[in-house]
Amino acid sequence: MTNSFDFSTTLSNAWFPTPIFTASGCASSGRELSQFFPLKNIGAVVTKSVMLKARHGRPTPRMAETPSGMLNSIGLQGPGIDAFLTKDVPWLVEAGARVIVSIAGETIDEYASLARRIRSVPGLSAIEVNISCPNVENRGLVFACDPEASRAVIDGVRKTLGGELPIIAKLSPDVTDIVAIARGVIEAGADGVALINTLLGMVINTETMRPHLAGKTGGLSGPAIRPVAVRAIYQVHQALPKVPILGMGGVRSGRDAFELVLAGASGISVGTATFGNPTALIDIQKQLQELLITKGFSSFRDAVGFAHRNDDVDGA
Amino acid sequence: MSEINRQAQQLSATILSNKRIGQYHQILLNVGEMVRHCRPGNFVAISIGDESSALVLRRAFAISRVSDRGEYGGTLELIVAPHGAGSRWLCSQGENVELDVVGPLGKAFGIPTTPVQAMLIGGAYGSAPLFGLAEVLKARGCRVDMILGASTSSQVYAPLEGKRSVNSLKIYTEDGSTGTTGIVTDPLRELIEAGQIDVIYSCGSMGMLAAIQKIVEGTDVVHQASVEEAMACGIGVCMTCVLPVAAEDGSVSMLRSCIDGPVMDGARVKWDLVGEVFGATS
Ligand SMILES: Cc1cc2nc3c(=O)[nH]c(=O)nc-3n(C[C@H](O)[C@H](O)[C@H](O)COP(=O)(O)OP(=O)(O)OC[C@H]3O[C@@H](n4cnc5c(N)ncnc54)[C@H](O)[C@@H]3O)c2cc1C
Ligand SMILES: Cc1cc2nc3c(=O)[nH]c(=O)nc-3n(C[C@H](O)[C@H](O)[C@H](O)COP(=O)(O)O)c2cc1C
Ligand code: FES
Repeated sequence: MTNSFDFSTTLSNAWFPTPIFTASGCASSGRELSQFFPLKNIGAVVTKSVMLKARHGRPTPRMAETPSGMLNSIGLQGPGIDAFLTKDVPWLVEAGARVIVSIAGETIDEYASLARRIRSVPGLSAIEVNISCPNVENRGLVFACDPEASRAVIDGVRKTLGGELPIIAKLSPDVTDIVAIARGVIEAGADGVALINTLLGMVINTETMRPHLAGKTGGLSGPAIRPVAVRAIYQVHQALPKVPILGMGGVRSGRDAFELVLAGASGISVGTATFGNPTALIDIQKQLQELLITKGFSSFRDAVGFAHRNDDVDGA
Repeated sequence: MSEINRQAQQLSATILSNKRIGQYHQILLNVGEMVRHCRPGNFVAISIGDESSALVLRRAFAISRVSDRGEYGGTLELIVAPHGAGSRWLCSQGENVELDVVGPLGKAFGIPTTPVQAMLIGGAYGSAPLFGLAEVLKARGCRVDMILGASTSSQVYAPLEGKRSVNSLKIYTEDGSTGTTGIVTDPLRELIEAGQIDVIYSCGSMGMLAAIQKIVEGTDVVHQASVEEAMACGIGVCMTCVLPVAAEDGSVSMLRSCIDGPVMDGARVKWDLVGEVFGATS
């Protein structure tokens, strides 16, 4: 049975042997995890959002554990695109991993410049455009909170990149109408959407009686946000059933991944769970496959959006 | 490629014993073969809670000592201060409980190739990794002196058998309940001036490490400091545990204390910039 089961998935024209990926910012550049399992054994490595220049990120403390989750305010620390493309990407390709590069910019032009650097890099499966990082100095910079700004970013990336590499726009759940934002980025040329980035939150330390994080606010991740992810994926899949969704948010087990798949995710990124368990991706992948087989599915793709089958025949 | 966690593995370790020592718990784990790769300064990350109550993040603990000769094969000892939910849970676990352990992690203390005069300084449970270190230094022919400090006597961790591996041990408490009243840095300047210290190995609060570095500054003494920053993953993937550290050319970058540390060159760490923004971009 396992042999005939088809676990592969696609996001636009990119094919992956399994639907379980790392989440951007939760696997660094991939090397650190390769000490625990071969990276080629998972669907893809989504790399930490990279910017044009090297960045120190935010000061510490950058982390607070919360009920069933955590807040982080890393602030996109990273080496900058040039160092990243010369050091990290070739290593991942060499290791046999499928690579999705995540980019982040402070301006619409910065995204386009990043796309220009990436355009000719061999071995990439897709590009994830992070327009939703909450850890920026100015909340006004969260493009994904503004339909016009999100469109403009994706439009710029699409025009620079040409038509080959799939573009996945990563959206924020901190909006009133996520379907409207998703529709906008798809119209502007995105091939799919990644749902969801972290939610903006705050913890106040009752000893010091000040915000615990040095950056004051942080992004909430982990099991606590899973219902928000399931809802966002369900809504977007219902409105745009043909648009591939890379789902994420609080997945800790195969059962959790299955929930996002039923809502409409064609791929699942696992983030915070890796911090608690370095082999979480492998465990989740195995559990999901077993669960799908037990439920009688003959391929992963048959399960995508299965929860919509009553109200949307096409989505089943 | 980080070569640091090459030997790291995830395993299920049985608690062999859990004893109270002052304010701490001395927890002995059966970890089998893993001990062969543990070096003084390495740490382990432990999963907290059972399936229904599990916390999202692991907790980091320094490896206090390892042994491969006991009746159980490889054993590893932790000294745990019951503080928050995670450490209290760990301290409340009894014999035969299985723990999910990842280790050994991080960069260990550098061991000199020729005999030196080593001064080991520990604050509170920071003394935990120093006794294992003392044994290794002793075996290399080093002179090993130790200074331990804490606010009060019950926070001093200084096991009897550990005292055998040091040439001298001085204890300082802020309230004078044990040893000399004062803090660990009090005697340091004099000892350095008298030429009695080549290398300082330290482990304790960031404040203590910074104060030691201030005294060492401008002398020939090498300072290897084991830092403690809040860690979410312990394996280098989350970037929460960073510290500002200068490179050879003087440029400062935020290094991960879990894989570029916890042991760092005290002279390189920008102690006054910890927790500060020092320019958003470089
Ligand atoms: C490399 C490394 C080695 C470590 N080695 C040891 C060790 O050998 N023994 C040991 O007991 N601990 C050690 N720690 C600290 C240990 O990881 C923390 O005590 C633990 O994470 C606390 O988890 P918790 O759930 O109990 O507390 P949390 O609920 O996570 O902590 C609550 C708050 O208290 C603070 N806090 C936690 N512990 C202390 C403390 N002891 N004193 C003051 N404030 C504290 C935390 O920063 C947090 O803000 C080490 C940490 C690191 C990074
Ligand atoms: C420490 C940390 C760093 C993150 N960094 C990024 C990032 O650089 N780019 C990005 O698009 N998302 C980033 N995220 C968000 C995750 O990719 C993911 O969308 C979110 O955490 C929800 O998934 P999870 O609950 O499985 O972690 C980060 C999350 C965490 C916890
Ligand atoms: S604790 Fe995650 S990178 Fe150091």
